[in-house]
Amino acid sequence: MAIVDTAKAVGAWLDQRLGLGTPIAEVAAHPVPRSSASWWYVFGSATFVVFLLQVITGTCLALVYVPSANGAWQSLLYLNYAQPLGWYLRALHGWGSNFMLALMFAHMAQVFLFGAYKYPRELTWLAGVLLLFCTLGMAFTGQIMRFDQDAYWGLGIGASIAGRIPLLGPSVVHLLLGGPIIAGATLSRFFALHVFVIPALLIGFVGLHLFLVLRLGINEWPMPGRVVKRDRYLEQYGRLVHEDGEPFFPYAAQKDLVFAGLIVGALVVAAAILGPIGPNGEPDPTIIRTVPRPDFFFLWLFSIFALLPPWTETVLMLVAPVLVMGILFGLPFISGTGEKSFRRRPVSVIVVVVVATAIGTLTWLGTWSPWSPVMDAWSAAPTPPAYVRNRSPLELQGALLVQSKQCRNCHALGGEGGRRGPALDDTATRLTRDELVRQVLQGGGNMPAYGKNLRPAEVEALVAFLETMHPDGEPPARDASRAR
Amino acid sequence: MSSETADGSIAAAKPTAAPTSRRGFLLGLGLALNAIAATLFAVPVLRYVMAPGRRLAWLAWIPLGSLTEFPEGRTRLASYENPFVRPWDGETGKIPCWVRRLQGESFQVFAINCTHLGCPVRWFEASGLFMCPCHGGVFYADGRRASGPPPRELYQYEYKIENGQLWIRAGQVPTLGQPEV
Repeated sequence: MAIVDTAKAVGAWLDQRLGLGTPIAEVAAHPVPRSSASWWYVFGSATFVVFLLQVITGTCLALVYVPSANGAWQSLLYLNYAQPLGWYLRALHGWGSNFMLALMFAHMAQVFLFGAYKYPRELTWLAGVLLLFCTLGMAFTGQIMRFDQDAYWGLGIGASIAGRIPLLGPSVVHLLLGGPIIAGATLSRFFALHVFVIPALLIGFVGLHLFLVLRLGINEWPMPGRVVKRDRYLEQYGRLVHEDGEPFFPYAAQKDLVFAGLIVGALVVAAAILGPIGPNGEPDPTIIRTVPRPDFFFLWLFSIFALLPPWTETVLMLVAPVLVMGILFGLPFISGTGEKSFRRRPVSVIVVVVVATAIGTLTWLGTWSPWSPVMDAWSAAPTPPAYVRNRSPLELQGALLVQSKQCRNCHALGGEGGRRGPALDDTATRLTRDELVRQVLQGGGNMPAYGKNLRPAEVEALVAFLETMHPDGEPPARDASRAR
Repeated sequence: MSSETADGSIAAAKPTAAPTSRRGFLLGLGLALNAIAATLFAVPVLRYVMAPGRRLAWLAWIPLGSLTEFPEGRTRLASYENPFVRPWDGETGKIPCWVRRLQGESFQVFAINCTHLGCPVRWFEASGLFMCPCHGGVFYADGRRASGPPPRELYQYEYKIENGQLWIRAGQVPTLGQPEV
């Protein structure tokens, strides 16, 4: 009892000076529309909770991490293997980043579909868009903090994109890298961004975002036919909250609490099971036996860069980001009033479905990147035994050439090898002898010309082997103009 | 700016003509002083941050090794210590490049970076191709683009031969806006 009394006395003493007791109570009890206390409204608060965890784990990692090009990688290994629970803190921070991005996108899709960005909540949406860019910035700079080969070559990709900016390109590259090459200064720059600049912006925008949510009230569940009009919405919302409202705490907050608890629980378990992300090979640029890949949330960009027609690339790399920002910032001004319900806004549903499908497909493609040559297939993927059975000596020479001339890096046999070019298993059903010779010598499509690197006898052998590549019972392609 | 009134309470002085103009002057002076101070503060800060963008004298002649290390008709991987390094750059100060010796003193020295987005290209001797592991760019032995997304041929470093040594002029990562040829 004495403890309770003391606590009350301390509370009273503080409140007398701070005067925050009443405002906090008012905020907790502020009425929200009964309809908004929904399981669909929990993503924003969960994103915020994961962000708080990121601040804690990030600060802890900074206690050990060394932000220098010659120490970062070693300090990551130290964290993984020597520092007690260092691996777990790295896992929490790395997977926390994925959780935060996923929750943020869920929140964004929900806000978009429920028309919550409309009058009078335009500024709340704008603050949210800034939070989106800050969070993506944290994800990218965080990937650089894991200073391994992927980080090094990821910076190379960033520099190459910046280098395409007309006129200013070279200066921007130097500014970005902090010097003429990717080195210690580059890591220091991205460390400052990841640890000071972007977090400060994030905290500021989170504050603004939350302030606006409290000030303007949480979006009511959108009913088809209940149209937002500038002159009447505030009055309607006031009446709704008054007549069919409930105090935020505990009525709506309890669902936020339950969901946030589940998310944190999932993160804690996922981090323990999946462990820390990387680092992979040490950031030594002279080790070129590397296959750089971005983190999961940037795989779709990686795919876009591989699939865009080359002549559109520079324009799209520079214009598309500006365009996307313009659309996101412009959205509440383009459709600031009218229907809120997704049931009456089919375009919004289509946009979400198309964007999610596109990004999902590109991400999936990025995970197996069929456009990349498989750099070691020529020596690591053997010719299937069936393809050397019953072949003549000349054809066997050709089979050897398919391996030794690195054809397998781009062409699969028996499902193994690159997918840049078509699989060779049934190539004879598609190309006649003359077409095979032409394709090998002159290239075309996406294939380099091999004319200079094959002697006539080698071409003879290679094509002889390729001519045997057709499934049993399916005849090879035949030149109709020639009698056989 | 406050004065004691008859009943002892503190009240703001009534604004009169003269103090207003003085206050206006002080406000103007304050703003001007702060504008000057802000400029004095911002210029060095900005110059400090922008410094790497302002210096263009990174390029230097770097020895790659004796000519005998590069057999004629072959393409070999070489690496050099970048001329501009700081002690804490560690391994990132080492930069690889591909050296192709055609014959005699005729060379081609290619940057490691793919011209598409900078990933490290790898040389495949038997097929005479450079392949990029990222987005599938392929180049011929002489650096010409063979296939894939790269917008131009491989970047080449300027080279010279002195005292039986191969030297290249390098020192910055090549990009489309600043190729080193």
